Amino acid sequence: MRRLGSIPACQRIASSLPQAQDPFPGPAPVSVEVAQKFRRIDKSKKLPHSKSKTRSRLEVAEAEEEEISVKAARSELLLAEEPGFLEGEEGEDTAKIRQADIVEAVDIASAAKHFDLNLRQFGPYRLNYSQTGRHLAFGGRRGHVAALDWVTKKLMCEINVMEAVRDIRFLHSEALLAVAQNRWLHIYDNQGIELHCIRRCDRVTRLEFLPFHFLLATSSETGFLTYLDVSVGKIVAALNARAGRLDVMTQNPYNAVIHLGHSNGTVSLWSPAMKEPLAKILCHRGGVRAVAVDSTGTCMATSGLDHQLKIFDLRGKFQPLSARTLPQGAGHLAFSQRGLLAAGMGDVVNIWAGQGKASPPSLEKPYLTHRLSGHVHGLQFCPFEDVLGVGHSGGITSMLVPGAAEPNFDGLESNPYRSRKQRQEWEVKALLEKVPAELICLDPRALAEVDVVSLEQAKKERIERLGYDPESKAPFQPKPKLKGRSSTASLVKRKRKVMDEEHRDKVRQSLEQQPQKQEKAAKPVGARPSALDRFVR
Amino acid sequence: MKVKMLSRNPDNYVRETKLDLQRVPRNYDPTLHPFEVPREYVRALNATKLERVFAKPFLASLDGHRDGVNCLAKHPKSLGTVLSGACDGEVRIWNLTKRNCIRTIQAHEGFVRGICTRFCGSSFFTVGDDKTVKQWKMEGPGIGEEEEPLHTILGKTVYTGIDHHWKEGIFATCGQQVDIWDEQKTSPICSMTWGYDSISSVKFNPIETFLLGSCASDRNIVLYDMRQATPLKKVILDMRTNTICWNPMEAFIFTAANEDYNLYTFDMRALDTPVMVHMDHVSAVLDVDYSPTGKEFVSASFDKSIRIFPVDKSRSREVYHTKRMQHVICVKWTSDSKYIMCGSDEMNIRLWKANASEKLGVLTSREKAAKDYNEKLKEKFRYHPHIKRIARHRHLPKPIYSQIQEQRVMKEARRRKEVNRLKHSKPGSVPMVSEKKKHVVAVVK
Repeated sequence: MRRLGSIPACQRIASSLPQAQDPFPGPAPVSVEVAQKFRRIDKSKKLPHSKSKTRSRLEVAEAEEEEISVKAARSELLLAEEPGFLEGEEGEDTAKIRQADIVEAVDIASAAKHFDLNLRQFGPYRLNYSQTGRHLAFGGRRGHVAALDWVTKKLMCEINVMEAVRDIRFLHSEALLAVAQNRWLHIYDNQGIELHCIRRCDRVTRLEFLPFHFLLATSSETGFLTYLDVSVGKIVAALNARAGRLDVMTQNPYNAVIHLGHSNGTVSLWSPAMKEPLAKILCHRGGVRAVAVDSTGTCMATSGLDHQLKIFDLRGKFQPLSARTLPQGAGHLAFSQRGLLAAGMGDVVNIWAGQGKASPPSLEKPYLTHRLSGHVHGLQFCPFEDVLGVGHSGGITSMLVPGAAEPNFDGLESNPYRSRKQRQEWEVKALLEKVPAELICLDPRALAEVDVVSLEQAKKERIERLGYDPESKAPFQPKPKLKGRSSTASLVKRKRKVMDEEHRDKVRQSLEQQPQKQEKAAKPVGARPSALDRFVR
Repeated sequence: MKVKMLSRNPDNYVRETKLDLQRVPRNYDPTLHPFEVPREYVRALNATKLERVFAKPFLASLDGHRDGVNCLAKHPKSLGTVLSGACDGEVRIWNLTKRNCIRTIQAHEGFVRGICTRFCGSSFFTVGDDKTVKQWKMEGPGIGEEEEPLHTILGKTVYTGIDHHWKEGIFATCGQQVDIWDEQKTSPICSMTWGYDSISSVKFNPIETFLLGSCASDRNIVLYDMRQATPLKKVILDMRTNTICWNPMEAFIFTAANEDYNLYTFDMRALDTPVMVHMDHVSAVLDVDYSPTGKEFVSASFDKSIRIFPVDKSRSREVYHTKRMQHVICVKWTSDSKYIMCGSDEMNIRLWKANASEKLGVLTSREKAAKDYNEKLKEKFRYHPHIKRIARHRHLPKPIYSQIQEQRVMKEARRRKEVNRLKHSKPGSVPMVSEKKKHVVAVVK
């Protein structure tokens, strides 16, 4: 028993103050969507015939992932930049806002990002931004090829290749340029020196570079889709698409699958590992004139000769999500990093925006529009800047599109402010982890899944080889008990009890499955009996 | 209208002077890092290949003995000292860092059958074919002094093994029976025996220090309790066990190195079934020693190789062999769990790395991070066929390789006959015995 006098002085003082309550008890709350972004385990998938040890390990992994996703969501606080936005006043339509108004209202550095290059002499231009968004390459139909750092407006090279240029692409960094000329494919240095002339790729119409596989995909007038590995300089696959002239091509940045648009209204999906397309989607009534896939690989926008602009869902059943009739067919489509869709129709560019990053854009009202001084020939959003580059018959225009780009880049992936040393280190690491072309398929996470088919096959082979199933439950052996409880009669009774319980479980399971089977087997209502019914199972 | 454009201040992204570090802002959003799984797979493949490239486990060979090395002992307090006894009675103390012999003693006439160090590291004991037990000082003799044992005990029969208690001044010898000696006395404080055959080795349990295990020629392993001075129980196997070794982390687990090319890990509480049967050697297993982590052990075999087994797996993770190394008689894992020493028939003691591709020495923090990352990647993708094939690949000398093929054919034939017997007989009449239970004949309490 302690008396008052024996309590130390500091405790006495502290106990006389009113107890302060923490107004925000517990850890800081974290938004569920942000935490969901960092989760990768698909909880709906169940492993068939899994052992309890595997299941317990999976549970541990899932619990760990929950914890880690909350921590990662908290670390989002450290991201320095905020995305841009453009909001009209009450009743003002953002589509009516002109580029000149935006340029006036915005700071000097951003205003300098809007420029127009008037190049009428060398034909309609196609353009391409490098992976980091710092460098721009453009090529005109009459042979004018140039590469520059468009932020500092420093020209790297400007040449005339004396041949028609159909498409131009940067390879993995700003050092190399691929130009699809009239006859063959040429590779140039960023100083304008011709490095290679690849004669196997002839009459190329479109180029696409798959950055993580170091593959340059070319589609040609002869109907061939060729994959060229630029790190070793070998043609990995030359696939005959068997659909005539190929001049609509795009890549899906999520899984490196090439989408080709055809004149019968279908879009086919190709991987260098397979000679046949992975999938064929019927999109339009007429020919498909433009395809674009967004950066997360969730939706694909297509536009065709039937003046429709449709958005398809790529992660589910390839169903159309929304459609819109345009006054004029859109010949060019592009998605931005945050899900904005730009369409070039004649000399007008329309941009549609959605709610968030992953949601498809709503095609009701355009977000921005702009009229150019010539017909659109090339369209691309700059990777980490709020800018849309348009190549048209009058030259190049760089449009301001607030809210288009991802504000926070990752310094180790693509860093627009990287130094020469950082670029060299990045290049070496990227080459070391170059993904082999055989791994391109619709689901890029396929390697991390359990190969259920092989597992079942291996199980069957093992049962055949051993002569018995090692994983099947051993028949129940009642444990011998003392004090007369182990007589023959009681042993038989215990065995019977376990057998009956197992039998009851089996019957219950089969009863549950029966109504499902009956539903499947029910014939459609109103079907007339036909002579072929005898073959229906 | 309200408009804001994304505009970055280059001062926040570019370093100020050449002497600063580069600024690397990070964003861990998975959409900015596509192809996570294939890139990790390629990194794991590279890590596995590099592990094989850097797998150079052989460090040094200690030369000096004039006859085969029969037994090894670790110094309990010094990592760089090892003691070895040879078949001509010579005992040598080696310095592993300088890789030279610091002391030579002609200890016995005939084989040095066993050598063990006292737990404090001040002296060590040897037993030999001349029926003596000798205790020696760990420090060498001064100038002018002769090499003399501290203490000599003359016995009536040949002693074949010796082991010292881990905490007290007591040691045990084995020969015709297991004797427990007090260091101060010249006759054993108790003798224990069960059966009529000679006992080849004895080992004290490092955790439950009153327990002993011994292996006898009549194919049994006997466990003794020193406090009650009686044998506890014994397990009879198919063939003779050469030595046992107690797990330094789990008090009741021990591994027995058997003549039938296998090693058996037993739980002493349930001796009727071994916890694991380790099968990979192609000839008799002569010695076994645990890593101080208790997760792996190394075994030395008559087939000129040493293998490292994980405790919970039945197959070895590593095999070390050299053209010059003949039948390996004894093996020890150093107390920092990094090196393995083995003494073989051709008078050499070899020093190996426990992890063949490990970089020795002090690693910088970046190296450590890269090493940890590579280990985790290899673990994540270890079941993929290409990676598994590369990680598993080991070069084997021709005799061992051809023996493995031969023994596989023999095993397949035996198993096929068993399966046929099972298939064509009345169900239940032929009992299906699991591989583990097959080798244990009986357990006697």
